[in-house]
Amino acid sequence: MIEDSQSKMQILLCDDDEDDRMFFSDAIIELKMQHILTVFQTGVELMDYLHHPDTYLPHILFLDINMPCKSGLECLQEIREHSKFKDLVIAIYSTSNNAEDIEETFANGANIYIKKPSDFDKLKKTIHHILNLNWQYHTAGLNKETFFLSI
Amino acid sequence: MKLYVKYDINLACRVLLQEQLEALEIKYELLEFGEIEINESVTDEQFSTLQNNLSRYGIEIINNQKSQLVQRIKDTIIEMIYEKDKLPTSTISNYLADKLNLSYGYIANVFSEYTYTSIENFIIIQKIERAKKLIIEDGLTLTEVSYKLNYSSVAYLSAQFKKVTGLTPSAFKRIVDRRRELAQNA
Repeated sequence: MIEDSQSKMQILLCDDDEDDRMFFSDAIIELKMQHILTVFQTGVELMDYLHHPDTYLPHILFLDINMPCKSGLECLQEIREHSKFKDLVIAIYSTSNNAEDIEETFANGANIYIKKPSDFDKLKKTIHHILNLNWQYHTAGLNKETFFLSI
Repeated sequence: MKLYVKYDINLACRVLLQEQLEALEIKYELLEFGEIEINESVTDEQFSTLQNNLSRYGIEIINNQKSQLVQRIKDTIIEMIYEKDKLPTSTISNYLADKLNLSYGYIANVFSEYTYTSIENFIIIQKIERAKKLIIEDGLTLTEVSYKLNYSSVAYLSAQFKKVTGLTPSAFKRIVDRRRELAQNA
């Protein structure tokens, strides 16, 4: 049987903007899927947490691309340098809709690229879709190295 | 130097199970769908050692009847997509009901209760997963992929690919190539 800690989806969120953190957290909290959400305000905090030896590898990380000091892209590249994080699904979000930016973000190791919706209901739908699909990847042994979703 | 390997997950798991069971001197027979027939009684100690050893490889021994059924549904779908030259000509609901000897309504209900998705959606995800492999590992063209996966047209395959991934198959291929290029230069 699946252990309890494994049957709940472990979600990380990293964003420097307080309003956006609220916006995302609220959307995640309203989902019926069982989950544990951990929130970070800077890329430095996030990386410290991930590198801590007691940290259990989460199922998915939502990462803001635009952050001061350490940007989302820098975090992404740093995470992908370590093979122990190869199964961590990373969802990057941005306001850019540029096809080249999107492809480059995927090439650098993102699994999911979210064009940030401005409307709360749309965000909730987007996150719900992502978490459901991610759960299939996690439970059906699909290849995360070729897991891409642009939404 | 970088090597790209291709592997057969099914075969790898079977060999792994054989090795683990033999190491514990358990008499067994491997059946289809991840079922193992144990031919003699197993001590609690042997069972928990087996459970521990298998968990290192991400293999769980399933105790619950409904999750066992969900696993069998998934295995039947995956087998249907990967191992048959052609997908069944009858409807998928008939095929699953026949193969599992249960009504499709029951199968579909148990499935969505446990997986947060529908059988239809699971099949689409699995077909696109196979399409990705055929494109990257076997270098097939979209026409060949659509034939192999029984799509009525290339346009329909492309549309479904785009719906599941948000990308066109060619953008997908560009990204994978670019990732390899970046990894090589690292």
